Amino acid sequence: MADVHLPRSLVALFPGAPRRLAASGSTVAEVIDDLEAQVPGIRNRLLDAGPTIRTHINVFVAGRRATLATPVDANSVVHVIPAVSGGSTR
Amino acid sequence: MSERVALLVGTRKGLFVLDGDTDRKAWDVRGPLCDGWPIHDAIYDSSAGAIFAGGGSNWYGPAVWRSDDLGETWSHSSEGITYGDDAEKVATIWSLATAPGGTMYAGVEPAGLFRSGDGGSTWTHVEGLTNHPSRPEWQPGNGGLILHSIVPSRDDAGRVWVGISSVGAFETSDGGKSWSTRNKGVRAGFMPEGQQYPDFGQCVHKLVMAADGGEHLYQQNHCGVYRSTDGGKHWEEITPGLPTEFGFPMGAHPRDPKTVWTIPMTEPDAGRFMVDGHAAVYRSSDGGDTWQKATEGLPHDNAYISVLREALAVDQLDPVGVYFGTSTGQLYGSRDEGRSWSIVAENLPAIWSVEAAIVG
Repeated sequence: MADVHLPRSLVALFPGAPRRLAASGSTVAEVIDDLEAQVPGIRNRLLDAGPTIRTHINVFVAGRRATLATPVDANSVVHVIPAVSGGSTR
Repeated sequence: MSERVALLVGTRKGLFVLDGDTDRKAWDVRGPLCDGWPIHDAIYDSSAGAIFAGGGSNWYGPAVWRSDDLGETWSHSSEGITYGDDAEKVATIWSLATAPGGTMYAGVEPAGLFRSGDGGSTWTHVEGLTNHPSRPEWQPGNGGLILHSIVPSRDDAGRVWVGISSVGAFETSDGGKSWSTRNKGVRAGFMPEGQQYPDFGQCVHKLVMAADGGEHLYQQNHCGVYRSTDGGKHWEEITPGLPTEFGFPMGAHPRDPKTVWTIPMTEPDAGRFMVDGHAAVYRSSDGGDTWQKATEGLPHDNAYISVLREALAVDQLDPVGVYFGTSTGQLYGSRDEGRSWSIVAENLPAIWSVEAAIVG
């Protein structure tokens, strides 16, 4: 199971959800599928149509910027981080 | 529980709820709610006893928020609010409305309409509007390509009007399967001479239904104010008497079909703020034949403030309360149907929407 770290602003949207949890999957896409099973609704907050990771969300696997296709293994550390760029509003 | 008033104030940095009694003299401010998300519109569904707020986070995308306890706790969903994996992405929710039978509608950017039959948990694209033959020619206005006005019929579940900036008004009478343009008589003054009355392309800013419902509509447009007595098939300009033709919001009296309010502002190339820096709300009690200017209690000097399309609201009390919020965070209220005004809150984030709900 990958060790997944979620940002405060994301878990705040799901009362009771933990900042850190274990999720299974061989790619980032599959890990997010497992997150969705554990925290219903979280997928739509992370992914846009495509599906693609939302523009202002970054996912890192073992410290490297990842895409949905990036491989994940049982020892991976996955960080979900809101991009600084997302703070702007029109 | 006795009847109370809740003002739902959507801002760039969250929803605020202002609680007051029916005297409407004192207000308690709660917020920012919805985790500080930008909120374009909030409504109260009295049959469900729920607040719904629509907006979008720059990080986490669009969502419709729901609270069943007047804003203490919230859930949110955007399940189904998508044009499909290969289509353009939905940026944010711009407008919400409830219709007879419990149906909810959400208008989004880029412009389109979604429907929920389960209280906002899941949504379905109203494809008929997106499939309208004019869709490839829709162009965004200054605020984007946004579906900002949703006006469901009060007695016919299949009938809905919508307003889209720089595109115009549409009506469906078959539950959204097919749509007709409703822009005849509305001027598109920014088009070349001889092309100023097109079938679509008019820049509607706010569409409202009169108290008697049915066929009686009003709109504040980029190019004037209009009324229709035939469900938007024909529009008659009622701008004369107003200091400018430009403005964003419009409000309709809950019981008198001939009473409406609007807030004229300077033209886009002149700042889009109160005329000459004198804040004023205009009211008509004869369907727009004549207008009365109200300034009592509003700032008279150097008030270069703007009021956006969703930021004017009326309550259901007698006399009617009228409220407007500014893009610089001031909220004003009137307890005498817009004749005199006082400040309700003055240091909020930029106000995008105001709704007045009678609760309890």
